[in-house]
Parts: sequence; structure tokens; C-alpha cells
Amino acid sequence: MNALTSLDRPNSYIGRSVPRPNAKRLLAGRGRYVTDFVLPRMLHVAYVRSPYAHARIVSIDAQAAREMPGVKLVATGQDLARLCTPWVGTMDHFKGMKSPPQLPLPVDKVVWSGQAVVAVVADTRALAEDAAETVAIEFDELPVVVDIDAARMPGSPVISPELGSNLCFHGKIDTGGVDDVFANAAHIVEEEFHFGRHTAVTMEPRAIIADYDASEQQLTVHHATQTPYQFQDIYSRHYGIPESRVRVIAPDIGGSFGMKLHMYHEDMAVVGLSIMLGRPVKYVADRIESFVSDIHARDHRVRARMAVDADGEILAMDVEDVTAIGAFSAYPRTSVVEGNQVYRLMGAPYTFRNYRADLQVVFQNKVQMSQYRAVGHPIACAVTERLVDMIAAKTARDVFEIRSGNLIPDDAYPCTSPTGYQFEALSHHACLAKLRQMMDYDRLRAEQAQLRSKGIHRGIGIATFVEITNPGPAFYGVGGARISSQDGAIIKITPSGDVRCLISVTELGQGTETIIGQIVAEHLGVDRNRIKVITGDTETTPHGGATYACRGAGIGGETALQAALKLKANVLSVAGAILQEASEKLDIQNGWIIDAATMHPRVELAEIARIVYFRSDTLPPGTQAQLSVTHHYAPQGYPFAFTNGVQGCHLELDVETGLVNILKVWVVEDCGRIINPLLVDEQIRGGVVQGLGAAFFEECAYGDNGQLTNGSLADYLVPMAVEMPDIEIGHVETPTLDTQLGAKGVGEAGTAAASAAALNAVNDAMAPFGGSIAQLPMTPARILKALGHI
Amino acid sequence: MKARAFSYARPSTVMEALETFADAGEDASYVAGGQSLVPALALRLQAPQLLIDIAHIEALRGVELQGGWLRIGALTRHCEVLTDPLIARHAPLYHAAAPHVAHPAIRNRGTIGGSISHSDPASEFPAMTLAMGAELELVSRTGTRRVAADDFFIDLFQTAIEPGELLVAIHVPVIRPGHRWAFHEFARRRGDYALVGCGVLAEFSDGLIEQARIVFFSVGNTPLRARQAEQCLIGKRLDEAAVAAAQALVGGDLDPPEDEHVPPAMKRHLARVLLGRLLGQIMRQDS
Repeated sequence: MNALTSLDRPNSYIGRSVPRPNAKRLLAGRGRYVTDFVLPRMLHVAYVRSPYAHARIVSIDAQAAREMPGVKLVATGQDLARLCTPWVGTMDHFKGMKSPPQLPLPVDKVVWSGQAVVAVVADTRALAEDAAETVAIEFDELPVVVDIDAARMPGSPVISPELGSNLCFHGKIDTGGVDDVFANAAHIVEEEFHFGRHTAVTMEPRAIIADYDASEQQLTVHHATQTPYQFQDIYSRHYGIPESRVRVIAPDIGGSFGMKLHMYHEDMAVVGLSIMLGRPVKYVADRIESFVSDIHARDHRVRARMAVDADGEILAMDVEDVTAIGAFSAYPRTSVVEGNQVYRLMGAPYTFRNYRADLQVVFQNKVQMSQYRAVGHPIACAVTERLVDMIAAKTARDVFEIRSGNLIPDDAYPCTSPTGYQFEALSHHACLAKLRQMMDYDRLRAEQAQLRSKGIHRGIGIATFVEITNPGPAFYGVGGARISSQDGAIIKITPSGDVRCLISVTELGQGTETIIGQIVAEHLGVDRNRIKVITGDTETTPHGGATYACRGAGIGGETALQAALKLKANVLSVAGAILQEASEKLDIQNGWIIDAATMHPRVELAEIARIVYFRSDTLPPGTQAQLSVTHHYAPQGYPFAFTNGVQGCHLELDVETGLVNILKVWVVEDCGRIINPLLVDEQIRGGVVQGLGAAFFEECAYGDNGQLTNGSLADYLVPMAVEMPDIEIGHVETPTLDTQLGAKGVGEAGTAAASAAALNAVNDAMAPFGGSIAQLPMTPARILKALGHI
Repeated sequence: MKARAFSYARPSTVMEALETFADAGEDASYVAGGQSLVPALALRLQAPQLLIDIAHIEALRGVELQGGWLRIGALTRHCEVLTDPLIARHAPLYHAAAPHVAHPAIRNRGTIGGSISHSDPASEFPAMTLAMGAELELVSRTGTRRVAADDFFIDLFQTAIEPGELLVAIHVPVIRPGHRWAFHEFARRRGDYALVGCGVLAEFSDGLIEQARIVFFSVGNTPLRARQAEQCLIGKRLDEAAVAAAQALVGGDLDPPEDEHVPPAMKRHLARVLLGRLLGQIMRQDS
């Protein structure tokens, strides 16, 4: 007989793989994306873009465009600068950080190839493009800064002369003692790593409709974004419109991965164009525009070394990261967060105490680089884990053995990393043991040896990781960015006993609305199908951080949980009055008020609602029932809820062609309390695929002149289903005690370590040939070079 | 991006199509499956005034055996090339290449005539046309001519088709009992343009190679015959030594363009590996 579990309790939804209520609508083609919206009197904008990576704008002749059919407005940087105040992508807590001011369209010079220069607004996008072709811009080319070393060289051109140099930020961490440890270490391993730029390639590109109504001074923006409140604040402040008159609606979103939470020049311009015209203006980035204007990610060169004693104990790590971010820092989150997380996450799973790191963030003439899924994690993980494998090789230890000897023990928490991260409770050893068993590691090694003798070269790589989730105000708020770390929820019971939950976390296709529904259903005590979750509209949903850095489940979920409990108390209070019973003797189950002790149903929730809304005259005098509640929650315990896990990668390398067949990936992950196993596993799988994209396929390639040379889906390779392996997922659950819910985030976990495990696996496959690789993506050309074939 | 405005005509016969083109001057373009042309229109890389949609001309369809030749109508779609039993039997290199041509959605619309006329140097079908020694049937207002594949592919996206002329069919000499063949390509992802691809068609007589056609693609401006490698195989038994000899020569047969990401040395290396594997496959077919 099967034992009962907590899932057998009534209304038990947390921990259950329930399907997404909105999935059927999306599959039925009834999604409502910004691109689908057609507003009365709506116009379309096309942008004339710079063909140069760095050039002075000498003149703009748009007369012919103004006379083209259907054209309503041609606007330049000067026109928009009259309406919009400049923005600067810095935060105070990154000391010494610099970035030049930005405007919707440039006034005097362009700083990357593909930068929008002139906006042409017409009745249709095709007409706008026809007219855009006739705009004549005279440019005076300036010397281009592309290479990260060239950017820092004395005498090299400075992109923003007023800043004095191309250095955006220089950070240092030093625990002390590093030189001594390296001087006395039994072994030292070191490597120089290169991480290419890649980009998000969301299924739905960026899209925005700005609709300014001068009669009410009301700005409504339909915006494909994960952070509508942040943009409400930005549009209000930079265009001088009172916040109460700015409404940002984020409808269905076709993926974001961090890409859609940055301020883009085209998007800011659309708001100004709508103000100038008094009509709705739509802009949808096409794929070519996405490649040259969406944020790119990564772009690091890391030199790192690790010291180890004769017993294989890691003693210290010494790291130098140079990362290039384009010509300015992104707004409002800055482009330093990635580098900051790289140099703070290095070595995070391990016990060593001596750490030194130097971070330089430099400007160059490329499109902006900023936060994208698993910000900084894959870099820190790949560097650390490759060095650990090199130590294993050098000290003739197995890759599992070297890790189990150096990972922070599972009973050593709470503890603090050398870089200052506070860990509440992690489970590296439990995860490692589970991974070994899931992989059937010993069998894989035996098979590897056997196949090598037949000329088949398989590689096995593992990578442990720590993931940053549930950030508190230390993340952005303290730096002066108006980005909330709290969330808000409004839950109400309708007269029929249904439930509506309006919450500030947003839905991007990842299932936020599903898990919020599960949490409310469980803690209020109603059927999930009677709950409607509403997100993404600043006019109706409370202000909050929305979606970034894996905060939806942990912070948004706790907000919903506490709001549900508050509402439940209100319901029981009025139910007690109606039933003439002490409310603490009552409970709610499946939409019924029950006797808590006997579980006998007393009265249906719908009946309570009917009485409250329509027959309040029958309630005892003085009873004012509150069937709507508002609740806000901000994390107050640990500054972040760190999670951890480990990944394994098994692949086959064709040593003659450099092509890799990824055979299987395993992930063991600890995201605390799991709300919906199906969604958690698919988050991890999607993240792994993005990590494998970075490992093998995705790279924004630039020429020496700063031109992106592969800006289309024919040339920029995203991982496709055929090349992707089965991904098997296991869990260890260590709930955070900071919240009642106990959930941490999981969105970055897959991406954080997939490329590191792949890097180790390719190097493992190559080991018999003496070659090694430390550059992502691992293209066939780079692998063939590492093998000495070319 | 959106295409520039254009006019559209849909003739129902070849002659009507040819006359429509002649009337329009040279600022017209034929369109069939549109799998290369339509993206080029959307990107405004091409902007003809008139599109002449030939997809509904019945005479351009069908696959049939005509004596020692297989006639494949130009409108035969890639997905039909993949499944047609006559093609599988008589023009097996098309059949072998078809699964590597792009993705199902593209194969459902793209046509073999369109692929060969477009003559992308990375495309499989133009190269296999050359490998099988096919002939291309071209029709103009003044008549019909057949051009051998060896004379058809001139330069990058440039073929023997004259302006206004229409490729109506491909004639493939059917496979004979002594023929052996093999096809493969190296691509980073299934369906991508190949890093290097190759089709080999060899005719054996008494265990010796009588004729060989080795055609590479993605290594130059057109599909390329590896003539030195072919020559060195003639009259030989296909054994490891012969394979190695052909591999040693193939680098000199190819002239890959400079490319930062796939440098010529890498293309030559991959071509050697690929040729070794394909000849090895044929060798094993024999035994």
C-alpha cells in the first residue's frame, strides 16, 4: 500500500506537476502579443541605422522621405532630445563606475554599427521602410575600438572623450594572502579563457506600441517586457509625465531571458514619436534589427589560476576578468552586474579562503552588453570548473574525487564565501552523490576506455555551481536604481466565490501565473480552476520587481502565499460570524468552510461571498467583511537565496572533423521547495539548451571594423532540437527558512553550468591527444586547432 | 523588414511565362518555391518590379523515365525528391542528399529547379546535378536546349541560364549496375549549409574504377569536381592505397575562399576526411 504524502492533503497543489492554464490558449493561437495589437489610428516606425561602428553625423537629409507616400513624421535625435531627458547607466554601489549619457537617437555621433539614427513614421511598416531608404545621412568615420586590449591601450581612441578613458569600471577583491599561498603551493594550474558574445534570440522579438493621448496627458505603452513597473518609472521620469498617467501593459511575452528588461533607444524613441504625433506608434524589431540592437551577453577574457596543496586541497584562486560592454553601460541595471557576478561567483562551491580578483569593464564600438539569463554564472562556473579538472589531471585524481574533497560540506552552513556571499544552506555533496549515481559514472568511464581503443572518443564532464536567486534590495535598490525587490499581490473573492489574484511578478512563458495559482489555491483552500491570475499591467497590478534574477517563485510566490493567508483569515472571520462559530475552529477546503477538527463541510465559500456582497444586512452589526486583500512582501533575511547543483555532460567528439555529438546531460539541482516539478524541470532543460548554445554554437562575430558579420539566423547558430541531447534531471530540496514557502529560484540553473560541463567533457575527450580548449563556443575550427589538425 | 512593392503574374504555361518575362524587361523574376527569393525580397536585397509565379505550370511537374534518362520536372519539390521512388532508384545522389537539404518546412516548398537555377555554392542539389552528369533543359521563346552540368555552373550564383530562359527539367542519366555512390556533408547543425559536402559516383568494371565523378560543395564559387582525385582513381581497384592517393590530391582540386571562421586549411582538411569516408563506404559496398 502506498503511504500518503503531503500531496494527498486537500487543495494540495504545491509540489504537483499541474499544467499551465494559459498553455492551451497559446497553443490555440489565441495569444495576444504586442505584434498582434492593432490600435485605431496606429502608425509604424522604421529606423535608419548607422552602417558605421563609430562615426560623426555630419548631416541628415530627410526631405525626400518626408514627401514619400504615407509618411507622417521623420524625426532625428535633435527632435527627440527636446522631449526626453538623457539617461546614464550607472549605479552608486559600483564605485567609480562611468558611462556616458544616452538619448533616444544620437545627436552628433554613432557608437555602434546598427545604431538607430533617424525614425521614419508612416501608415505601414513597408511605407516607412520605403521612405527610410531615401534618407541621406552623411557620416564622418572615426577610428573604431573593437578589441578589449586595444580599448585600454594608452593613446587608443576614446569613445566618450568626456569620460577620459574607455574604462567603465575597475573592481578588485582581495582577501589577502594569495601571493603567499601560490608561492608555497604544491601545484598551480592556470589558463586563459575566452567567452564569445552571444544574444538572447527570443521567439518573439522586441515589440512596443506607445499611445500618447494629449487630451488626458495619458501615456499607454504596450510593451513586450518582463518589467513593466520599471518602464513605467522610466517613461514617467524621462518624458516628464506623472507616474499615475503612465500605464505599461506587458501582454503575452514570447521569451525574454533578461533581454527585454533593458532600456532600448528605439523603444524610448517610440514614446517620443507618439507624443509628437498624438497617435499610437508601433515598433517591432525584425530579426536583423534584433541582432544589432538587442543586448548581447558575456564577452569576457579571463586569466585565472588555482593553487592546490599536495593532498589535492584547493587553497586559492587568482582571477583577472576583462569584459567589453559596448559603448556605454545599459540602463537602468548597468552592464557591470555581469562582471560583478563573474568575479564574485568564482570558486563559490569550494572551501578555499584566499581569493584575489580584478575586474575591468571596458567600452568598445559594439552593441550594448548586459544582463541575460544566468548573469555571470556560466563564466565563473566554466573558469572554476575547468581549473578544478586541470587540478584533477595534475594530481591524478578523478573529477568526482577532487570535488568531493573540496566542496563546502553540507553541514557547514551558514557560511560566507571569500567574496562575501552569505550561504544559508547548500547541498553540494548530496547533489554530487546523486549525479554520480544518475550518470552511472563508473560504467561511463569503463565504456569510454573501451571505445577509445576503437577510435571512438567520448568525453565526460561535470560542473558544480552556485546560483544567485531572490535578490533583495542590495542588488539594485541600494545602487540608486528604481528597481523594486519587493512584490505585491491583490487577491479578491468574487460574488460567486471565484478568486482573482493580481500580482506584480510577470509571465514570460515560464509559468509564473501557474505557480501563483497553485500557491493561492493551496493556502486559501480553493480549487485551482476557480483562480484567475492576472499579471503585467501597471494600471491594475500592484507595483513590484516583476521578473528578473529568479525571483518569481521565491519572492512573488511568498507574496501570494502571505496574501492568501491574509484573505483566508478574513474569510474565516466573516464565516465565524455567519456560522456563530469561533473562526479558529474553521478552515477552508475545496471552496468549503469546514470544521477544522472534524473536516465536516459547513458552508460553501460561494455562499459566504453571496451573503457578504448581497445580504450584508444579515451580518451582525459592525461586521465589515474584507474579501479583497493587498499584501506586499520584501525579502528581509539573507540578501540572496543561493541555490546550488551539479551537471554532467557526456558527448562524442569526432576527432577528425571537430564536430561534437552531445549524448546526454544530467542535472541535479537544489532550488529549495519545488512548487511545480514539471515547470522546474523544463526551466532547467531550457536553460541547459541555452548553455549548450553558448558552448558550441552561439557567437556574435565581429570584423575588425566593428561590423557584426553573422547577424541573421542563417549565420548565427542557435541550438536546435536535433543536436540537443536528452536531459535528465534530479533534485535535492533544501528549502530556505527565510520564507514560509521555502522556494528559491531555478531559472538560471540550467544555463549556469551547462557550458562548463561541456567544456570539461570536450577536454576530457581530447585528453589522449594532448590538446586542450578554453574558448567558448567550441566550434569545429577551434577544436581542430586544439587537436593540431589545422 | 518588408519587401518593396512588386507586381505579380501567374502564368499557366511555359510560353506565357516566357512572354510575360520578355514584356517586363529584365526587371522581372521567376518565383517557384520562393525559399531563397522571398527572404531576399524581405531583406530588400532583391527588389524586382514583377514576380512571375511559375508554380502552377503543370508542364514543369512530374518525374518520368525516358529511355536511359530520368526527367525530373523543375517544380519537383525537395520533399518529393526525398520520397519519389524513381529518383531513389535512378538518381540516388539526389535521394541521398535530400535529407540534408534545409528543414522540412523549406523542403515542402523549395523546388529542385529553383535550387539549381539559384546555384548557391553551398547547396546540395546543384552539386549532385554535377556529380551525376545530368543535363539541364532550358526553354526560351526561340526554342529548347540542353546544357550539360559540366558547362552549367559558371560562377557564384551564375549559371548558363540566359535572361528570360527557364529551367524546365533536369535529365539524369540513370544508374547502371556497375555504379557505386556515396554522399555526406559535414554541417554544424542538421539542415545548415555544409562546412563541406561531397557526392561521389563511380562506375566499376571487373572490380576496377572505370569512371569517377567526385563533386564537392561549399568549397568555392560553384560546385567543384575534384578532377585530380577522380583521375588518380581511374583504372584502379578501390583499396586503402587508392583512397589515400585520392585524399592526397583533393586539397589541390579545391579552392576554398578565405573565411575567418572556416579557413581554407580547415575546408581542405575536412574535404580529405570526407572523401576518405565516402570512398571507404563505397569500398565496403563492393566487398
